[in-house]
Amino acid sequence: MAALINIPAKAKRGDIIEIRTLTSHIMETGFRHTMDGTLVPRDIITSFTCRYNGTEIFRADLFPAIAANPYLSFFTVAKESGKFEFEWIGDNGYSSTASASITVE
Amino acid sequence: MIFWRAIVAAALVATSPALLAGEIPPDARRSGYSFMGPDTRAMQDDDSSNPGMLFVLDGEALWTKKVGTADKACADCHGDARSSMKGVAVRYPAFDKAQGRPVTLDQRINLCRANHQQTAPLPYESRDLLALSAFVAHQSRGIAITTGDDPQLNPFVEQGRNLFMRRQGQLNLACTNCHNDNFDKRLAGSPITQAQPTGYPLYRLEWQTLGSLERRLRSCMTGVRAKAYDYGAPELVALELYLMSRARGMPMETPAVRP
Amino acid sequence: MLNGAIRNVAGEAPIRTGKVKLDIPPLVENGNTVPMTVSVASPMTANDYVKSIHVFNEKNPQPNIGNFYLSPSSGRAQISTRIRLADTQKVVAIARLSDDSFWQVVADIVVTLAACTEELN
Repeated sequence: MAALINIPAKAKRGDIIEIRTLTSHIMETGFRHTMDGTLVPRDIITSFTCRYNGTEIFRADLFPAIAANPYLSFFTVAKESGKFEFEWIGDNGYSSTASASITVE
Repeated sequence: MIFWRAIVAAALVATSPALLAGEIPPDARRSGYSFMGPDTRAMQDDDSSNPGMLFVLDGEALWTKKVGTADKACADCHGDARSSMKGVAVRYPAFDKAQGRPVTLDQRINLCRANHQQTAPLPYESRDLLALSAFVAHQSRGIAITTGDDPQLNPFVEQGRNLFMRRQGQLNLACTNCHNDNFDKRLAGSPITQAQPTGYPLYRLEWQTLGSLERRLRSCMTGVRAKAYDYGAPELVALELYLMSRARGMPMETPAVRP
Repeated sequence: MLNGAIRNVAGEAPIRTGKVKLDIPPLVENGNTVPMTVSVASPMTANDYVKSIHVFNEKNPQPNIGNFYLSPSSGRAQISTRIRLADTQKVVAIARLSDDSFWQVVADIVVTLAACTEELN
């Protein structure tokens, strides 16, 4: 599934940087019905994790009240050059990952 | 000097199209963008937070995917979309010689699939068709719309204009009643826009996904309790043609975000 | 339901008002996608930081919106996302600090629905 990640390509050690993520997912609430009254089952992303060179720096539990195509932005202190890894996990065995690199001077 | 000014003024008056009753003067036209609140505008302004861009990304991937018995990708004929598709969406719907009528960008994509890639058409409003048309239209972002310049389109623009002016549905409303006569007022809390289709296909918060102009037109028709035309119907194509030519000169915004 | 969900997170601990800020448009254009930013005034040092932020709503079918877990390396206790609000209602954001104290803010949001309805295919 497509994901858009926005982090600065470069930062100075100690800078507080914003990490912005956007991923495609229908986030079906489980509260909607079809025209003939059948309940549409829940199908959402339930958890999002961000690791910075292997260490978890941010985690989120998501519920049906999070809008479709979830957008999440958060902050972290730029410590060292390396990789951010993002993982989205959800209902029905959903799993999606993305990554982005940063150079820290 | 005075003569020159008079000649230029006369030429301008002669060539500018006469305004029909209720039509918005060209310099008073505003994109739906200007009717939205700052938060929704911010969503559109930033490519990394615009959910429509997820579909543009998908479209970019589809552009290079080989399909059909011809085993061809769009890229095989059209190369880099960034240059080959620049300025294309702004002249759609365009006249198709073989069909003898205008076709929308979605229909053009399906014609290419049939004629050149030898593969089945993508269903209207399918994720793949939306992604491809979003990707193509996005290459024209910032470019002024030129639709309707072709004189072969005149009878179809006229058909579209008549549909726009015609009262319909149980609520007996014509498009013009809201979108020419009452824009800037509110309907059930939401601002009424001028209906300028500058950002299609767009991410509508109500749909929570990307959708085409035809989807929007069909939901407007349902809104006035009229039976909506089927996707791809000649009436919808004529309406889109009229709307795009009404917006001629305004820049494309695809993928726009709207409430 | 809202109070039950809050108690699940905070237990019997007192919840004080303050430190937390909720940035949501007071009149949303469409309840399906509402931009929201929660921020907590905190130095975010090893001894004084925000452990987690929990957001709740009053009238959706379910009271939880999201739980967000931070650490001193977050630098700033601020998260942004987009949420769904089914009706005009209150949104509550509660922050748990490193000393296990709880702080909250409550916002009243007005939600109107989009004008033209679509037929579901």
